[in-house]
Amino acid sequence: MSEPKNPLRKYLRPGSLPHFFCSGCGAAQVLNLFTQAADELQLDWDRLLGIGGVGCAARIPVYLDIDAMHGIHGRTLAWATGAKLANPELKVVIFAGDGDAAAIGGNHLIQAARRNLDVTMIVVNNLTFGMTGGQVAPTTPQRSRSTTTPYGNPEEPFDLCRLVAAAGGTFVARTNTYRPRAAVSLLKKALQHEGFAFVEIVTPCPTYFGRKAIGSGDPVRVLQWIEDHSLTLKQAEGQDAEHLAGKFVLGTFVDTRKPVYRGGSLIPAQEVGDA
Amino acid sequence: MTTGTPSASRRVRTGTHFMLGNHAVVEGALAAGCSFFAGYPITPANEISEHMAARMPEVGGTFLQGEDELFSVYAVTAASLAGAKAMTATASAGYNYMQEGIEYAVSAEVPCVIVDVQRCRGENYATQADIMQARWGAAGDHEMVVLAPSSVQELFDETIRAFNLAEKYRIPVIVLSETTIALMRENLVIPEPDQIEIVQRARPTQPRDQFVPFAAPPDGCPPLPAFGEGYRILHSINPHDERGGIRWNPDVFDRLYQRITRKVLAHYEDIVKTEAFYLDDAELGLVAYGSETRPALEAVEQARARGLRAGLLKLKTVWPVPEREIGALAAQCRVLFAVEMNIGKYAGEIERVAGGRCEVVRVTKNRGLVHAPGEILAAIEKSLGGR
Repeated sequence: MSEPKNPLRKYLRPGSLPHFFCSGCGAAQVLNLFTQAADELQLDWDRLLGIGGVGCAARIPVYLDIDAMHGIHGRTLAWATGAKLANPELKVVIFAGDGDAAAIGGNHLIQAARRNLDVTMIVVNNLTFGMTGGQVAPTTPQRSRSTTTPYGNPEEPFDLCRLVAAAGGTFVARTNTYRPRAAVSLLKKALQHEGFAFVEIVTPCPTYFGRKAIGSGDPVRVLQWIEDHSLTLKQAEGQDAEHLAGKFVLGTFVDTRKPVYRGGSLIPAQEVGDA
Repeated sequence: MTTGTPSASRRVRTGTHFMLGNHAVVEGALAAGCSFFAGYPITPANEISEHMAARMPEVGGTFLQGEDELFSVYAVTAASLAGAKAMTATASAGYNYMQEGIEYAVSAEVPCVIVDVQRCRGENYATQADIMQARWGAAGDHEMVVLAPSSVQELFDETIRAFNLAEKYRIPVIVLSETTIALMRENLVIPEPDQIEIVQRARPTQPRDQFVPFAAPPDGCPPLPAFGEGYRILHSINPHDERGGIRWNPDVFDRLYQRITRKVLAHYEDIVKTEAFYLDDAELGLVAYGSETRPALEAVEQARARGLRAGLLKLKTVWPVPEREIGALAAQCRVLFAVEMNIGKYAGEIERVAGGRCEVVRVTKNRGLVHAPGEILAAIEKSLGGR
């Protein structure tokens, strides 16, 4: 009898396995969650363009059987803008780590949100630079240890959803990989959204964040730590900043419509709002 | 004419114009079929962006002003893979930032055109100081194709040639402009559309299951389908095998880098262009590129008027180095004169190619000013002083 095959396996690029993710890596889970969401939406895989920069999460489109760009750190949104404007029929999905999106690519992030570029950006936030060995990221919790903050991180982390919402993103949401069904549901909403859709998924990096910041490389313990530090938007209601410090608020922060970006100049005779 | 396709008359402004060099670049790009431009403000390249912003809507193309030069160069590479002929333009300081994107275009074999209007470290004066960065700026092993126009007409013609070479060989091509010609107005003759040779990239003819996206002869490049056509290709900067897979293997890496460098070097006749002036009987050979060819030619004519057998080899392609032409000249002449507007950079290439077959005299300066013909003539006469 032949081995049972995962029905989502057909979405993976032929010959791309085995993958390179560590055991318990959240990016690998996001790969799984994305294929579920895309499958449930019956996306046209010939029209999908997956964009990854550099990092663990950036490898996700390497494994998806779609057109893909990969291997430049922080420029995913520049690529996405060029491809989307050259061919608006493409469904462009970005897979970025937190370092890629918020450190080296931070300016592109706020500009794309401001323009309301019509792409889906999935930020796999593992709270560290995983591929390079666990260095501090703009998302690493304050006082956490990392390989470049051996005595603790003095900086306040970014709240990426607040940043993108303030910059003008029209769909902004956060979840974690402890809640896979919620994550698939959010990804589906993001993929159906017309405009800049930003989904942050807080994910475990047992190898580095786990070992350095919380003292355990056990994937289950790291995932549990994330969930223990998460609360829903509803639970967060009325709580002051002190109580919310170091917590991940999960939910949809923005879901609105605005004209999407179609290029650097209105076409002649086109009015603002006409798009 | 099909709907959405700009008419040739909008794209190609046939006729004689008195035009700014930066605008001639734009007209050349549009004539070549460019439909995507992204740029970031920088002097003295701004008129390229501004003219693109006005012209692109007329031809149904896309103009973007991004947040920096990295955005520009990456937007251009992605637009190209999405099927567009794409270009960006900048000046020296912005060109620094673009090197990383050029490396991507080299490695993933993305056709695109990058214009660098060279300037003097933040000041908009004449220089040719980026000549080595244009060759060596990007990381990793690569050949670069760099064209050096010397007039408004050549800015138009060579921009078209840049697109054609980019499409033909799946490479980034650099148009190395200069403050001098970029901000100069001269006569420009734009031919009829059917008189302009336009190259389109090769596209696969076989279905996806029979198409190997990075398979090509050892000195060739593979056809390139656009995103969305169902070929589902991974375009990574990482060393990739013929299927686009990025698992490390020294032999695979070696084969890729041999091929993407050979595909340039093996097509020397097609890529390397020079022009000869008074070289038939020359014993004093000037070698120059870009705007320095203008005073150099005048100096040659003045030298001829004094009975000196001088001539000029004008390099229209600066990279790859026109080694055959420079080598032949070194074998023919007593002295070669390396004329350029920098500390003396390309002169090293001329000396290398000359290989001791003749004396090489450096005629260089970097003072924000093009050489005066008299300065070059003086250098020629000085070199003959002891004879």
